[in-house]
Amino acid sequence: MENNIQHADIYTIALHHRFQWEEAQQSYVILFPEGMVKLHGGAGEILKRVDGKASVGDIVADLKTTFPDAEDIESDILGMFDLAVGKAWLRKLN
Amino acid sequence: MAQLNNGVAASVTQKQPLWLLAEVTYRCPLHCAFCYNPTDYDKHTKNELTTEQWISALRDARKMGAIQLGISGGEPLLRDDIEEIVAEAHKLGYYSNLITSGVGLTEKRIQAFKEGGLDHIQLSMHDVTEDISNFITNTRTFELKKKVAAMIKSHGYPMVLNVVIHRYNIDQVGKILEMAEALGADYVELANTQYYGWSLVNRDQLMPTREQLDRAEAATNAFRERVGNKMKVFFVVPDYFADRPKKCMNGWGEVFMIVTANGDVLPCHSARVLPGMTFPNVRENGLEWAWKESPAFTKYRGMEWMKEPCRSCDEKENDLGGCRCQSYLLSGDAEMADPVCTKSPNRHLIDEALVNSQNPLVREQPIIFRTDKNSKKYVEGDKERIAQFHALP
Repeated sequence: MENNIQHADIYTIALHHRFQWEEAQQSYVILFPEGMVKLHGGAGEILKRVDGKASVGDIVADLKTTFPDAEDIESDILGMFDLAVGKAWLRKLN
Repeated sequence: MAQLNNGVAASVTQKQPLWLLAEVTYRCPLHCAFCYNPTDYDKHTKNELTTEQWISALRDARKMGAIQLGISGGEPLLRDDIEEIVAEAHKLGYYSNLITSGVGLTEKRIQAFKEGGLDHIQLSMHDVTEDISNFITNTRTFELKKKVAAMIKSHGYPMVLNVVIHRYNIDQVGKILEMAEALGADYVELANTQYYGWSLVNRDQLMPTREQLDRAEAATNAFRERVGNKMKVFFVVPDYFADRPKKCMNGWGEVFMIVTANGDVLPCHSARVLPGMTFPNVRENGLEWAWKESPAFTKYRGMEWMKEPCRSCDEKENDLGGCRCQSYLLSGDAEMADPVCTKSPNRHLIDEALVNSQNPLVREQPIIFRTDKNSKKYVEGDKERIAQFHALP
């Protein structure tokens, strides 16, 4: 599954979707017509770095620096991208 | 209009009103026979909240965690302050949805909505044929709706079509989906009629047969297979044909809060039919008190209120006993298991309704359209037709 996601890929939040911090929930959420997904801890940390400029590789490197103690973080990150692309929350730019 | 109980997917343990539905007016240029609005809506058309009252309600609800905002009615576009409401909603960080028949949507208004930050427009469509569409809405609005759909698309909005399904259009589901595809729809909600308000009055005339339902589901699945992810199709199953009730509104006071045209604060669209209950009103009560502490919102929250067979049922967490309004409207007892449940002693009421709706004599009774004139009759106490649904078995 995860080999669908390449380090060079660049993603952005999909059209008609909005990603934002929700104070009341203390978490990031993705909003779309008639629905919402609440992103728990790590998932929010990944998606907040998706800005249409940073590549998947850049995001992996950034998260490794930010969370040096997290083990096997890369496969978690790629797994999250895979899920988010599968759910059509993200759109590939390149 | 939409059936909103399949909307928010999120963890809800904190019981925040994630979804705020603003039913800003009950006035409507359409007269749909399946409308879930109260039959006595006419008494709420002259005491609507002001723009300032709406904006203050939006602010308060946002502080409590509301994030999805539905602006509905009636036809919300009959108010001329929707532009202001939309702009404020955007500033507050809502994801805002305008739920409309399309009547009254002009280039100028949609431009203002776009600039104000409205996130999406949900348009109601009724059929592929002009005849049926105009018949069921009791208006000539079919061509206009198609023009509005094109306008929504051209302004870069996701196109969400809501089609209420009933006996008169259920055999066209395949064609309705093709029409939606041709219009460039991103989401289509095929909302089988649920029986509240006007649709309950016209239940015998609107109810499809099980065979019609099976064919419609098959047509929907075939369409999904063909178009894949390009267009999302939700098929809201009519609960009368199920063995277990729906988890109505995702639970009473769990995620949904409705503010009505006159300021009443409700846990569901039709809660005002329940006897002996007083609902909070934003003119007198704060939304926070309404949600957290008002007797109306706490009454059926959770499972404490249940009696048998729900109380000891091992499935009670799945559906929380179903819909309080439906239980009351059909059996006269708001605290009994939803009659849809085959474990309910009242299930025979559903089975009888299914049989009755196929009785040619009943089917030929005239449909009662949602008009001000008909509504006045209900307000004035001509309750004859309503009484038959309140009557105990």
